[in-house]
Amino acid sequence: MGEYSEQTPINIITGFLGSGKTTLLKGLLAAPDLSDTAVLINEFGAVGLDHELVQNVTESTLLLDNGCVCCAIRGDLQGALRDLLSQRQSGAVPYFRRVVIETSGLADPAPIAYTLLAEPVLQHHFRLGGIITTVDAVNGASQLQRFPESVKQAAMADRLIVTKTDLATPEERDALQTSLRGLNKSAPIMEVGEGQSQPPTLLTDDMYDEGGRQREIEHWLDAAPGDDALVHDHADHIHSFALTYDVPLDWTAFGIWMTMLLHRHGDNVLRIKGLLNVSGVPTPVLINGVQHIVHPPSHLPAWPNENRQSRIIFIVRDMPQAQIERSLAAFNKLANPVAAPGQAA
Amino acid sequence: MCALCGVLGGRGHWTESAAAPEAFASRAEAHTRARERQERTRLVNRILGHYGLRLGDWSAGAHALRGPTGRTALVNNLSEMWAAADDLGRRDCDPLDPDLLRHLEGR
Repeated sequence: MGEYSEQTPINIITGFLGSGKTTLLKGLLAAPDLSDTAVLINEFGAVGLDHELVQNVTESTLLLDNGCVCCAIRGDLQGALRDLLSQRQSGAVPYFRRVVIETSGLADPAPIAYTLLAEPVLQHHFRLGGIITTVDAVNGASQLQRFPESVKQAAMADRLIVTKTDLATPEERDALQTSLRGLNKSAPIMEVGEGQSQPPTLLTDDMYDEGGRQREIEHWLDAAPGDDALVHDHADHIHSFALTYDVPLDWTAFGIWMTMLLHRHGDNVLRIKGLLNVSGVPTPVLINGVQHIVHPPSHLPAWPNENRQSRIIFIVRDMPQAQIERSLAAFNKLANPVAAPGQAA
Repeated sequence: MCALCGVLGGRGHWTESAAAPEAFASRAEAHTRARERQERTRLVNRILGHYGLRLGDWSAGAHALRGPTGRTALVNNLSEMWAAADDLGRRDCDPLDPDLLRHLEGR
């Protein structure tokens, strides 16, 4: 098996009904750099896609006996991705270097991530790239108040794309930005108006991509601690916050803590992203979790600046920051005494 | 709760350095797999003790988790272990449990 970073990345484009997913995708696929992209679409909307490698798949989720909704295999993707693999190997389709899955407007991205890591064949060939969520500048705030699906899609995103900004007032755009930032501290928010498209790096940058890794981490570093206690009027009780640690963390103690946390509370831990200063490791270790699922750790070749703090961003539902902070500190003390979480650098 | 969660087939569990050789290359010599495994067992038993559970070596690839009544389950990694701990223990293991945290903090 090759390194995780060498596997074909899969990007998920999700977003509520009518939020502009296909328009965004159409703009991206027009870039020559992204011509070697295979596309799986769960529902065809009003916008047509003129691309060589587009397949329609009907969403079907296979719930496992344990009833854990995020740990479910998406049967449609299992079949479609296996077919794509064999077609690529036999030369029946042009060689593709990445896959984009455009979900339906009500989809939960978590089972897609789970499918890529748990499915016996797919886990050796594909990895999760990034989750890109579109939010309508005009209707987005109201959807976040009324529809939990919309909140979860925004909370799980690696990138948030606010669409139709030319139709929204500055006040509407500001209110939506504040709301999205409260939900998801780590995802950069990009605005798109009529006729504007996004750069190809939207699909190519992720924490496992050699070229884009550094840019990706800069977004995480921008997620400054502070203003974490904001209460937002969402249809779900999701919020995000960042913890920082001043001294190196013990990898063994951290693994014990995080597996235990995700076992008990994974349903309510939507994302964990971290840049860790690990004892005995001179370069930063990157962690990336989607609900119960944790991707293999990655690393940067060097620290991005003088700051050697570990920084962990949590996006959680109904879980107080203070409890998580205290718990991680207590577990770390098992291996080595560590400082309590400090303030932002 | 899902016993499959976090299990990554032949790649190794994400908590093991071997799952990400690039990230942990610099400490490979000091942290052999055996030593890492030993240290993990030592630390996790500090937690499990609070629940009347104990993890021991079984074979090179697996551990035996023993419950307060003597029942035992074989587990391959931490994610499997927490699922087994729920079955064998008298109460659910929760890292946010104030009693556990007081125990760890020595209060």
